[in-house]
Amino acid sequence: MNAAQPQGRRPRRLTPGRIGVYVFLISAALFFLLPLWIMVVTSLKPMEEIRLGNILALPQMLTFEAWSKAWSSACTGLECHGISVGFWNSVRILIPSVIFSIIAGAINGYALSFWRVKGANILFGVLLLGAFIPYQVFLYPLVRIFSMTGIYNSLTCIVLVHVIFGLPTMTLLFRNYYAGLPIELFKAARIDGGGFWSIFFQVILPMSTPILVVATILQVTGIWNDFIFGLTFAGRENLPMTVQLNNIVHSTQGERAYNVDMAATMLAALVPLVIYFVSGRWFVRGIAAGAVKG
Amino acid sequence: MATIPIRVPNLAASRTTARSRIRKRLPAAFALLPTALVVLVVYIGCMLWTVRLSFTSSTLLPKLDWVGLAQYSRLFANDRFLTSVENIAIFGVLFISGCLILGFLLAVFIDQNVRGEGVFRTVFLYPYAMSFVVTGVAWQWFLNPGLGLQKLVRDLGFPNFTFDWIVNQDMAIYTIVIAGLWHGAGLTMAILLAGLRGVDEDLWKAAKVDGIPTWRVYVSIVLPLLRPMVITATVLLTTGVVKLYDLVVAMTLGGPGIATEVPAKFVMDHLFERNNIALGTATATIMLIAVVSVLAPWVYARYVRPQGRHA
Amino acid sequence: MSAVSVRDVTVAFEAFRVFDGLSLDIEEGEFIVLLGPSGCGKSTLLNAIAGLLDVASGQIWIGGKNVTWEEPKDRGIAMVFQSYALYPRMSVRENMSFGLRMAKTPKPEIERRVNQAAELLQITHLLDRRPDQLSGGQRQRVAIGRALVRDAAVFLFDEPLSNLDAKLRNELRVEIKRLHARLGKTTMVYVTHDQIEAMTLADRIVVLKEQKVQQIGSPDEIYRRPANLFVAGFVGSPQMNFVKGRIEGSGAGPEFVSGKRRLSLAGYQFTDAPQPGREVVLGVRPEHLDILEAGTWPDFKVDIVEPMGADTVIWCSDGEGSIQVRTSGSKRTARGEALSVGVDPAQISLFAADSGDRL
Repeated sequence: MNAAQPQGRRPRRLTPGRIGVYVFLISAALFFLLPLWIMVVTSLKPMEEIRLGNILALPQMLTFEAWSKAWSSACTGLECHGISVGFWNSVRILIPSVIFSIIAGAINGYALSFWRVKGANILFGVLLLGAFIPYQVFLYPLVRIFSMTGIYNSLTCIVLVHVIFGLPTMTLLFRNYYAGLPIELFKAARIDGGGFWSIFFQVILPMSTPILVVATILQVTGIWNDFIFGLTFAGRENLPMTVQLNNIVHSTQGERAYNVDMAATMLAALVPLVIYFVSGRWFVRGIAAGAVKG
Repeated sequence: MATIPIRVPNLAASRTTARSRIRKRLPAAFALLPTALVVLVVYIGCMLWTVRLSFTSSTLLPKLDWVGLAQYSRLFANDRFLTSVENIAIFGVLFISGCLILGFLLAVFIDQNVRGEGVFRTVFLYPYAMSFVVTGVAWQWFLNPGLGLQKLVRDLGFPNFTFDWIVNQDMAIYTIVIAGLWHGAGLTMAILLAGLRGVDEDLWKAAKVDGIPTWRVYVSIVLPLLRPMVITATVLLTTGVVKLYDLVVAMTLGGPGIATEVPAKFVMDHLFERNNIALGTATATIMLIAVVSVLAPWVYARYVRPQGRHA
Repeated sequence: MSAVSVRDVTVAFEAFRVFDGLSLDIEEGEFIVLLGPSGCGKSTLLNAIAGLLDVASGQIWIGGKNVTWEEPKDRGIAMVFQSYALYPRMSVRENMSFGLRMAKTPKPEIERRVNQAAELLQITHLLDRRPDQLSGGQRQRVAIGRALVRDAAVFLFDEPLSNLDAKLRNELRVEIKRLHARLGKTTMVYVTHDQIEAMTLADRIVVLKEQKVQQIGSPDEIYRRPANLFVAGFVGSPQMNFVKGRIEGSGAGPEFVSGKRRLSLAGYQFTDAPQPGREVVLGVRPEHLDILEAGTWPDFKVDIVEPMGADTVIWCSDGEGSIQVRTSGSKRTARGEALSVGVDPAQISLFAADSGDRL
C-alpha cells in the first residue's frame, strides 16, 4: 500500500519536450560548426582528394602541406611569400592600435564620468553618433588629409585610423564602467587632495582591471578582423592579414588551391579564435559591456 | 571673532565661482581636447567634406564646383546603385529578423537548464569572433556548387539536387544572408540570454504556481521584459547591415554580375577604383542620411537626455 | 566664531535650483545632525559644505574663513561616506595615508598619525589588510580612521551607518559619540534619515524637507515642541497621534473639541493667542497617553495589541479614529476590551490645520 504512494524524489523522465530541446540545440550547433569543420578538413587534404568532392569527409591522406604553403609561399597578387607577411603586418598594426585606443578610451571615460566639463555631454553625443555612421562617409576626406600630411599609406596612418574609430566604443565602455563605480570614492579622493591625474592613476586605474581586459579583448578582435581600414590606409607594405587573405583567395591564377585557401583562412582566424576560447565569458562580457549596458 | 556680517553680492559670487570651476576642471578639459579635435576634424569635418563633394562634378580629383543634385539624379538612374539598395534592403530585413528569431530561440532553448550549456553557448558565438573575410571565404567554399554542398548531396544519391544560389543571379544575395546569420546570430543569443538571466526568479515561480505554460511565459511575460535587449541587438545588427562590405567582397565580389552589390561597396569602388568621387560621396551621403534618420532619436533618448549624474 | 557657517546658499542643478538662500550656523565642537527623508537635500547641503558641489550663490565659511571657492582638500574637513568609499586596491594603511601622501606630509608624521588613529579605533591589527578582507563594520571604522588622520576641524558624515545591520549600527553609533566627546573641539555634521541616530547623537538637529529647513533645535526641543506637523510626524516611533478638531472658547479658557473628545487647553503655551473656531490638529505622543479607569476620553475599545518587550503599544478606537497608546510592558489587555484614555494637556502639541505650523 505504502509503496504506491509518491515518496522521496520525483522520478525524472525524459519527456518529448526535453528531447525536442536537445534536438534543436544539437542541429543548431551542427549548423554553426559545419563551416569550421569544412575549413579544417579541407586544409588538411591534398587537392586530388578535394577534387573528388565529399567536402565533409576526413582527409584520407593527411597533409600539412597546404598550411605551410599558405603560411610562406601562397601568392597574394604578384608576390608569393604567403600569409605570414600579413600576419606580422597585423601584429605590428595591432599592438600600438590596441594600446593607444585603450589609453584614449580610459582617459575620456574617466574625464566624462567624474569631471563635469562644459560641453562634454555634447562631445559624447556626437562621438556616439559617429560610432553608427558608415565609415564610407569619412574615408575619402581622411585619405586626403593623410596625403596632405604625408603619412598616408604608413603604419602610423593605419594605427591613427584605428585609434580614431575606436574612440566611440572605448570611451563608451570606460565611461559606463566608471559610472558604475561609487561616486563616493571620487569624492573621498577629492577631499584627500587628489587632482585629475593623481586620482586617475592612484585610485581609478587600479580598479579598472576588468574593463581593461574587456577592452583589450574587444580591440584585439576588432582590429585583427578589420578589412576596410587596412585596405584603405595601411599601404601596400603594411597590408593586414584579412586583406592578404582576400587577395590570396581572389587572385590565384588557374585552378584554385582550396586547401591552401582554407589553411590561410584558418591562420587568419586563429588569433581571434584563440582569444575567444581562452577568454570565454569575458568575451561575452565584452560584447555585453559594449552594447547592453550602454 | 564674531560672525562676520559681510555679504558679498551674489552676482559677483557666481561670476567668480564660474571662474574657479573652470580652473578646477582645466586638466579634465585638457584631457578631452584631443578627442574633441578628432570629433571636430574627422567626425564632423570629414562628414561635411563628403557631403560637399557630393554636390560637385569631381571624378579622379576633388573639385569644388557646384552641380546641385546632378550626382543624385545620376545615382537614381544607375542600375548598379539601385541593385545595391535593393540588396541592402533584402539583406537588412532578413538578416535582422533572422538573427533576432534565431538568437531568441537559441537563448530560450539554452535557458532550459540543459546539459553542456557552456559548450552550446561557445559554439553559437564563436563565428562572431571571426572576421567577415574569413566568414565569406568559408561559406564561399562550402556553397561552391562544383565541390561543396550541392556535390555532397548529389553524391549521397540525389543526383538532381540543386543548390547553386551563390552563382545564381536571383539567389546569390540570400547566401550572403545565410553567412551573415551564421556570423551574427550568436551575438543576438548572447545579448538575449543575458536578458533572460536577468528576469526575476520570482516571476517564474509565480507563473509556475499559476500553471502558465512555459512557452506562454516566454511570449507574454519574458519577451516584453527583454525589450531593451531586443532594441540593443537590433541597433547593433543595423549598424552591421549598413557597414556590410567585407563579407560581400570576400564571398562574391559583388557578383555574379552585379547581383550582390551593396551601397558600401558601391562607394568604395567609385572612390578608389572607378575614379568617380562625386558619385561615391553622393552614395555615402545617402547612407549617412539613412543611418542618422534611424538612429538619431535613439541615441538622443538613450545617451544625451539622461544627464550625467550630479557629482 | 562659528565653525561652519552656511550663508544664503543656493545650489543649482542645470535649471533646477535647490535651497534658494539657505543659512545655517554651526558652533565649534557642536554635533549637528541634518535629518530628513530622502530627497530633502541633506546630502546636497553636506556636499556643498565639503566643496564637492559648487554653490550657485551665497557663501560657505569654515573656521572663520570664507571657503566658498576653495578646493575640498583646503577646507579643513574630513568626510565619511555611506558606502565607505575605501580605495579598493589599497591596504588599510594606504587608504588612511592617501590624503597625507597627496599633501606631501613627511613620512614619520604620516606613520604617527595613522598609528594613532588606528589605535583610537582599534583597527591596528587590520592595517595591512585590503578593504575586501574586512567586514562592513570594520570598513566603516577604517573610513572613520581615514577621516581622523586628516586632523580636520570639521567632520562630515554622509549616512555612515545606513549600510550596516542593526546591531553594528548601534555599536558604531555609540562609538561615534564617544569619538566626538574624546576629540573635544571637533565639529561634526552628520546626515541621516534615521531619527534615532539623530536623537541620540545630536547637540542640535536640523530637520529638512524639500530643501527647506523645518526646524533647528536640540533633540529635546524637536521631540517635545515640534515646529510643524511634518517634524512632529517624522520624529518619534511609534508615530505621534494626530486628532483633527477645533478650538472653542469657554469660561475656563480655550478648549480642544473633536466630536465627543474634549480637552482643556488651559495649561498649553500658545505661541499666539488662540482664536475660538480655528481648525487645528492636536498631536500627542503615544507615551503621553495613559489608560485609566476614568480618563479624559472614555469609550475606547482595544483594537490591536503590540507587545514590544519593554513596553506595549495599544491601538484603540472610539469609532471616530484610531489612537496609539504606549504603556508599560507588563500591561495585559485583550482585543475588544473597553478602556478610557488619559491625556496630559502639558505634553500635547497643537498645529494649525491649514499651514501645519505649531500654535
